[in-house]
Amino acid sequence: MNDDWKFHLREHKGAYAAAAMFVVIFALYILNHQAGWTAPVITTAANKGVLLAIVAMAQTLPVLTAGIDLSVGMVFVLANCVASHLVVGTPLQAAFGVVAVLAVGALCGWINGAIIVYGRLQPIITTLATGTVYYGISLGLRPVPGGDVHAGLADALTGSLPGGIPAMGVVLVGVVLLVWVPYRRSVSGRAALAIGSSEAAAYMSGVNIGRTKLIAYTLAGLLAAIGGLLLTFVTYSGEASSTIGGVYTLNSIAAVVIGGTSLAGGAGTAIGSVFGALVLRTIGDLLFVFDLEPLWQPLFQGFILLAAVSLGSLQLLKVSNRLDLFK
Amino acid sequence: MTALALRLKRSGHIPVLAAAGCTVVLLLVGSMYSQNFLSADYLLLQLQIASFLGIIATGAMLVILLGGIDLSVPWLVTVGGVMSAAAAGWWGATGEAVAIPFGIACGALLGAVNGFGVAYLRVPSMIFTLGINAVAQGLIVVQTGGFAPQDRSTPAMHLIATGRSLLGIPNALLVWAVVGGATLFLLHRTTLGRSIYAVGNRERAAYLSGVDTRRVVLMCFVIAGACSAAAGVLLTGYSTKAYQAMGDAYLLPAIAAVVLGGTNILGGRGSYLGTVVGVILITLLQSILSVMQIPEMGRQIIYGIVIITMLLVYGRGRRHSD
Repeated sequence: MNDDWKFHLREHKGAYAAAAMFVVIFALYILNHQAGWTAPVITTAANKGVLLAIVAMAQTLPVLTAGIDLSVGMVFVLANCVASHLVVGTPLQAAFGVVAVLAVGALCGWINGAIIVYGRLQPIITTLATGTVYYGISLGLRPVPGGDVHAGLADALTGSLPGGIPAMGVVLVGVVLLVWVPYRRSVSGRAALAIGSSEAAAYMSGVNIGRTKLIAYTLAGLLAAIGGLLLTFVTYSGEASSTIGGVYTLNSIAAVVIGGTSLAGGAGTAIGSVFGALVLRTIGDLLFVFDLEPLWQPLFQGFILLAAVSLGSLQLLKVSNRLDLFK
Repeated sequence: MTALALRLKRSGHIPVLAAAGCTVVLLLVGSMYSQNFLSADYLLLQLQIASFLGIIATGAMLVILLGGIDLSVPWLVTVGGVMSAAAAGWWGATGEAVAIPFGIACGALLGAVNGFGVAYLRVPSMIFTLGINAVAQGLIVVQTGGFAPQDRSTPAMHLIATGRSLLGIPNALLVWAVVGGATLFLLHRTTLGRSIYAVGNRERAAYLSGVDTRRVVLMCFVIAGACSAAAGVLLTGYSTKAYQAMGDAYLLPAIAAVVLGGTNILGGRGSYLGTVVGVILITLLQSILSVMQIPEMGRQIIYGIVIITMLLVYGRGRRHSD
């Protein structure tokens, strides 16, 4: 039992570190905020943080297989645009719209996976190109920002529950429990980690490489679409913005790394990425409560991002054989 | 005939030929739309525009050959443009003289930080260059917002970017030719060049063979930073003004051009000739899509589909069973 714990701790070191970092930074933020720990402050923070957290979860799945999905941000934007058209009208119509948005996201992810698996192209360039296509489709759907969303649903999901619990936080926990946990415990989830560790060894052990990757990319598309749907509820509109897409893609990679997942694949959890994303978001807000000159904020954010992703190099101090540096 | 096909396959020039073929097809498709596409004027203008992308792609290619990727292109381009224009404003006449080297040096410096992080701190290039991109953005925001430096290009920059001093050949194209020639020399006639391919194939083996692999990685990132900044200087001369986010449109095309030209995105294989063809292909594709007045939406979709289709034709990986 004790050994199990040690193994668990070593395996999830990064995720725990990210969680601890988040608690410290968030405490700093709340202590210095004028309003302090009140429902509106928590709800606003959750509404901003959960969007990136879900996109970062999406990014984690391909990264675990030693791939990457540079189109998550664009699927996020596309889902936002689709939702601003379809999630309207009567509750039944809105429910149909939600299903349609998620299906579009899963389809985008499946297309990525299919090109990577059957087309045998590299994930990085494939998703870069499909991301452009998805952005083009979003532009077609929303040439100018606008649209609408089912107000009742949006208010329910972006407000706070009795007791000051933000509804978005509940959604996040729900997504983790309904998507990540079953996936991680399934054959597919295990196979994904095996592929990330060594694709050749996984192939030799009879792992179905194609199916595993297809599932990972499809789920990534689905999660990104959930993020896009929630964005629509927060903004009450759809916007085809390449800036938003690019920022979310890049921040999702940073969040994955801060959350302790190796970009080389084979190790990490989506829960770490969630905390990584929350850390990134809170740092931005922290600069705001400390009344830092707005002009200097991007620079500080850049430095903090750089420092956070460089933390992993502390491992270098432990390297005893220099050959271990070069993989 | 089969012998010829086999030799071609082994030489690794198939992607270059395929990309060149696609370029010709694009021109023919364009010429059905308008005769102008085959005129010398149009082609020279396209080559002039391609030079900016070509110089960026040169740096991107070196990094990709190492098996890395440089995501700091957008803001390093902006650093090159903004800092060179600012130097001219700060130091008057001397400033104008040193504006171009100063802008490029700023890019090289940030490139060196990239290289330090990737080579010595062993942070994956994708994430470290992302961080440097954010830092460069922050620096430029502080610089332009806080000090309101001059943003006009100097006459020299304008001349290099838009002039046609020699036999009507655009100066920008000549700059690209010089950069390209130097890169060819670097890759094929120097130990550094051979080491780049070696590190890209297997860094561990290169290290055990006595190559100072970390210095090689550092050098590549310095060159890549300098290339991005140099393109920024040229772009400033071309549009007579440096502005924020001027490099945003160059990251994806640069990577796409390198990969379409047959360079393996995992590193270790690729020829500069392929990158040149890839750059021309991407530039022509963009130009033809905009001349045909296809709306932005269609342009993005066609652009993405063309890249995927071309790679499916000749850029596929190996099967597991091989």
